[in-house]
Amino acid sequence: MSAIMEVSGLNAWFGAAQAVKEINLSFEKNTVTAIIGPSGCGKSTFIRCLNRLHEEVPDARAIGRVLLEGDDIYGRGVDPVAIRRKIGMVFQKPNPFPSLSVFDNVAVGLRLGGLRRASILKEAVERSLTLSALWDEVKDKLNAPGTSLSGGQQQRLCIARALAVEPSILLMDEPTSALDPISTAKIEELVTELKKAVTIVMVTHNMQQAARISDKTAFFLLGDMVEYGETSRIFTAPKDSRTERYITGRFG
Amino acid sequence: MPGVVRAKNRPVREIHYGDRVFAGILKIPAAGLALLLLSIAYFLYRAASPVIVKHGWAFLTSSTWDPVRDVYGALPVIYGTVVSSFIAIVIATPLSVGVALFLTEIAPRRTGRVFGFLVEMLAAIPSVVYGLWGIFVLAPWLRTSVEPFFKTWLGFLPFFSGPPYGVGMLAAGIILAVMITPTISSIAREVFSAIPLQQREAALGIGATRWEMMRLAVLQSSRRGLTGAVILGLGRALGETMAVTMIIGNRHEVSLSLFAPGSTMASIIANEYAEATTDTHVAALVEVGLVLFAVTFVINSIARLFLSRSGNR
Repeated sequence: MSAIMEVSGLNAWFGAAQAVKEINLSFEKNTVTAIIGPSGCGKSTFIRCLNRLHEEVPDARAIGRVLLEGDDIYGRGVDPVAIRRKIGMVFQKPNPFPSLSVFDNVAVGLRLGGLRRASILKEAVERSLTLSALWDEVKDKLNAPGTSLSGGQQQRLCIARALAVEPSILLMDEPTSALDPISTAKIEELVTELKKAVTIVMVTHNMQQAARISDKTAFFLLGDMVEYGETSRIFTAPKDSRTERYITGRFG
Repeated sequence: MPGVVRAKNRPVREIHYGDRVFAGILKIPAAGLALLLLSIAYFLYRAASPVIVKHGWAFLTSSTWDPVRDVYGALPVIYGTVVSSFIAIVIATPLSVGVALFLTEIAPRRTGRVFGFLVEMLAAIPSVVYGLWGIFVLAPWLRTSVEPFFKTWLGFLPFFSGPPYGVGMLAAGIILAVMITPTISSIAREVFSAIPLQQREAALGIGATRWEMMRLAVLQSSRRGLTGAVILGLGRALGETMAVTMIIGNRHEVSLSLFAPGSTMASIIANEYAEATTDTHVAALVEVGLVLFAVTFVINSIARLFLSRSGNR
């Protein structure tokens, strides 16, 4: 299997505080990788380094090598804006643009890329909304504001927004933490479907979720990656005692 | 059981007399202020009634202002107020939005704080000081440089024709723009900072540049709030008196040229109330005040409406 993204020697800081320490990890094509760990373990910071969003926080910085399809996104002269256009990201809280309609929320990434042709936009919007299992629910209200949808629908709208530019990798930062159980189940189902089209890296604080939908799991603690491996193995036969204690619910 | 407190008695609802008395006391100033507003409106109306009766609506549409013959028409001052405030808004709006964007989105936090403080200090400069600055700095500069420039290149437009006096409508508009910029920019800043960080990250996450992020996440979702900010600024500009009186030239005339002297509702009152000897002259000035009061009241109400609704969008 070929790795679509390879991370080596990644470190990240907020001011003087190091949040992520020497991470080496690679993500294989069409897999779901779950990043688990207690609050403050650096898992969100880590995923935000993968599309260079971390550095947008004042005083935050990151160094290391992150190869996306062979090219280092931290390489010299690489434009973070161009990187973010190639990588999709979904956040904790659904964040569609309140001033944009359902349609425009999905089309916005393509428009930023300079696409103007209405027919192409329409096609891409329908494709993305279908991929994110939202098309049937919103096809009659494409002109309604994105924020008029329910919370779960808004999150799937955000997934569609990320998918519209056909990214090779989709980063999800606790995408269900603000959703009810039914919406969460829908997103989980969707993630399993989506990995046919895109590689997914997902931060979650919900271990059952990681066990249900991921192929690989990485366990983070205090900025270190303690253990990484097949999800089934991590949850049945963890090698590190700290992993075992975490997944059996003894801390975090 | 530890940690569990059981109520032994049924709670008795106590009457807190102190609270009641205090609430009663607070009602007095609250009601008093509302009454004061109404009584000012009533006073203005009563004092103006001789002219209201005599001229009716013609007061608003006639241009003649002749205290000697007791003929009063307020059109030129209404026109002057509208035009000078319009110039101010046209200049101050992009300036203020730019300042607010710079302070919230671009400047490092410490620079932003210092710079923001300085901008807000513009609002603390007394109006009469602006007037002096207008007379001794702005007007000569307009007369010798700016107005001749516009006259050369845009002189075919009626707005930029006529002799460049320096003192006049354009000068008043510019002074007003400087004076309302702190108002608009500080409200715009509040509106921008109220936008959740997630909105900005959503934009950055799909590969927006800094400017695209500001457009998508900040400007587009603050249209209502910005409208409110501009209207509040407009409200300030309409009623501003001292600086405008000093620099607008005080001529009672409707002129399309921005270089020409004019006057506003506020400036005519400030200029003439001291020398108003006849009762009708006073009444006419009071009626100008009444119109100004009504206009600013309506403008401010609209602004509040926009701002109060901007939160839930």
